[in-house]
Amino acid sequence: MTRSAPSVASAPVSNTVLLVGNPNVGKTTLFNGLTGQQARVGNYPGVTVERRSALVELGDRHVELVDVPGAYSLSARSAEEQVAIEAALGICGNPTPTLIVVVIDAGQLARNLYFALQLAEFRLPVLLVLTMMDEVAAHPPIPERVGALFGVPCVGVNARRKDGLHELRATLATALRSPPVADVELPYGETIRRCADRVAETLPTEWRRNVEHDRALALWALLSLEDDDELTAPDELRRKVNEVRGQADASDIDLDLSIIETRYDTIERRLPSCYESTSAQSERTDWTERVDRYLLHPVYGFAFFVLTMLAVFQALFAWADPAIGLIEDGVTYLQDLVSTQLPEGLFTDLLVEGVLGGVGNVIVFLPQILLLFFLVGLLEDSGYMARVAYLMDRVLRSVGLHGKAFVPMMSGMACAVPAILATRTMERRRDRLLTMMVVPLMTCSARLPVYTLVIGALFPPSHVFGFVPVQGLLMVSMYLFGIVITLLAAWVLGRTVVRGRSVPLILELPRYRMPSWGTTTRMMLQRAGDFLREAGTVILGFTILLWALLSFPKPPDSATTTPEAPTTQVVATGASDTMGASPAARAVSGAEPTRPSATPSGGDASLPEQEAASVGVENIAQHAPAIEFSLGGRLGKALEPLMRPLGFDWKITVGLIGAFSAREVFVSTMGLVFGLEDADDEAAPLRDKMRAETRADGRPAYPPLVGLSLMVFFALACQCMSTVAVVRRETKSWRWPALLVVYMTLLAYVASLIVYQGGKLLGLGG
Amino acid sequence: MKLTELEIGQSGVIRSVTGERAFRRRILELGLLPGTEVVLQRIAPLGDPIELWSRGGNLSIRAREALGIEVQTNGGRSA
Repeated sequence: MTRSAPSVASAPVSNTVLLVGNPNVGKTTLFNGLTGQQARVGNYPGVTVERRSALVELGDRHVELVDVPGAYSLSARSAEEQVAIEAALGICGNPTPTLIVVVIDAGQLARNLYFALQLAEFRLPVLLVLTMMDEVAAHPPIPERVGALFGVPCVGVNARRKDGLHELRATLATALRSPPVADVELPYGETIRRCADRVAETLPTEWRRNVEHDRALALWALLSLEDDDELTAPDELRRKVNEVRGQADASDIDLDLSIIETRYDTIERRLPSCYESTSAQSERTDWTERVDRYLLHPVYGFAFFVLTMLAVFQALFAWADPAIGLIEDGVTYLQDLVSTQLPEGLFTDLLVEGVLGGVGNVIVFLPQILLLFFLVGLLEDSGYMARVAYLMDRVLRSVGLHGKAFVPMMSGMACAVPAILATRTMERRRDRLLTMMVVPLMTCSARLPVYTLVIGALFPPSHVFGFVPVQGLLMVSMYLFGIVITLLAAWVLGRTVVRGRSVPLILELPRYRMPSWGTTTRMMLQRAGDFLREAGTVILGFTILLWALLSFPKPPDSATTTPEAPTTQVVATGASDTMGASPAARAVSGAEPTRPSATPSGGDASLPEQEAASVGVENIAQHAPAIEFSLGGRLGKALEPLMRPLGFDWKITVGLIGAFSAREVFVSTMGLVFGLEDADDEAAPLRDKMRAETRADGRPAYPPLVGLSLMVFFALACQCMSTVAVVRRETKSWRWPALLVVYMTLLAYVASLIVYQGGKLLGLGG
Repeated sequence: MKLTELEIGQSGVIRSVTGERAFRRRILELGLLPGTEVVLQRIAPLGDPIELWSRGGNLSIRAREALGIEVQTNGGRSA
């Protein structure tokens, strides 16, 4: 139920104050300035739009201050705008706000006042705040006079330097005691008034308040409702709107234009009164324009763009690496500690492999998530993100996306998890979904250890054309393959499963501004916390499940020998694989961490081979390894007939099952299958074993063709429970993650089938 | 003439805006109304979208939609 705004004094905590305004006006910085450290991040009911709020003390009251998503007007074009409208009007389950603070960019007065004017038409309790006053220092509007347009208080602030916040707090406290009701009279013609009154008759009773409010609501319905919007409105109202609009069309009345024009006319007539003196409009050639001459230049602009993106990418790959290594080492240390301190047994195993491993699988993503959100925050806050979208729009348009999808796509080359979280910068749900559905196809860093193992083990270190190394060439090809497939998938899915109204691009290129470190840092921490809470629990659960799958039932005591000889050597180097799911698992036997270089394994492939060959021989397990008795092992054998056409035997199939926790776990699972205690992608024993494995007829079990088929499978299959968990978290349903797993796995199966069978037909061995 | 026929840096006054309803409504709501001055600021390096200046702010739309915006030049060239 709605209640009238001024009557809430009896329940002071239930006061809701909304911060609304156009995007890029410094709303969040102001929110942070008013709330200090303690913001709560939740979601609006039913949609994945962040709802940031905080309890603050204003005067003698406690109020909930809500940072409402940016909106240009009350006609929604995105989920964020719809949320803003519903919150401001207090409809669709939102409480009636006690006070609406409209944040206005002082340098874009006319456009920002359009939104404030719409709220004023509803006779809502409004207070205006002018931000970015420093940018118009030469010709500033006078806050009191801007407020006078609607008969409400108005304060000028510079939230970044915390100027004017004290005054704003005082004004807010006063306004809360007796909310100022905005008032504005608009000279709509007789025709529009009649149209509005006819629509107003059909408004649901719970939306009605007074004549002016109802008329404003009717105008909103006339302007905003259409056949394919996503707004919540009763059918009767929709029918009436269609009828009235149809009649207006028939008599050649342009309702949309007339309503909007009347509003802008009103603003423009009153605007000069807001300034001390009349002077020319804001200058077109300010310093933002001068910077853009370079940053949007066909040559310098692209050079700067490529450098910036390389820096972001490099940060995700290399800067996060030490922290990831530290986390992995820490978890391994804890696991070792627990397993030596506690008696051997099921509980210890569960604790070490399941729980500690699972926690490790979650926190190992933090370095990349924190870094990506920090950098994305800087890009957004400075205004450069809009330029990235502008520069790349043409490329992504051709596959049914728009420029804002670029950063998530690129981040996917490091790790799909932060990349999926980064889709939040896109306004439309359809674009976010489509990007989430294809980003996991990018060659993420977890595929590297698998490619390194397969290329190193199954392809000869030879050269084509005498100088191009085959192994390096394969690695580059796999990266290109990932990019091409991602774009193709976007093209196909955008026309089938994630179809949606193609909304024309309207992109504001805001003025360049110094990013606010406080806002960026806080946003980064909040989003990371969000990931830990919501996706973390699912990842932990999956880890325990997979551990159980590959551990039970235990083999009978007589059936297995635990390999001992080589463990000292391998354990010393392969520390990280017990916990598995690092997004950038490192090739630890070499001194170098894995990098997306063109030849990650080309040069050093032959190096450890000879020395390890001797160790490898002792290492052959006399009996079947324990994993063969587990449910996972049995499942692998049961699935073998299905995987045979791809060239995979049961051993690889078991590896694929293990790889669902994370792709690089394939390497350690293969180690277990071959009876190696601990293996990593550069370790020679596993390579030698894979190379030496033969079929019944004595031919090698894994010729290069199988390697190719395996790599194609890894490029396409959704073998990453963390991706699944995070897509579920972002879409609030299991439907989309299920679709992701199904379509990627099918794609992988069919592509590998074509590669293997096609290769055999061409006589490439098999 | 159409907005896209302006030369880069050339300004014109909007005469009419046509196009899909939601797009047109948003363009109008952003203040690109008939009678408003608009400058074709630049074209993105890959040929699309285009950047407009109007009312002290910069806005980018795709050439396809820009075809629906009719302008009248006053001959003025700034920049």
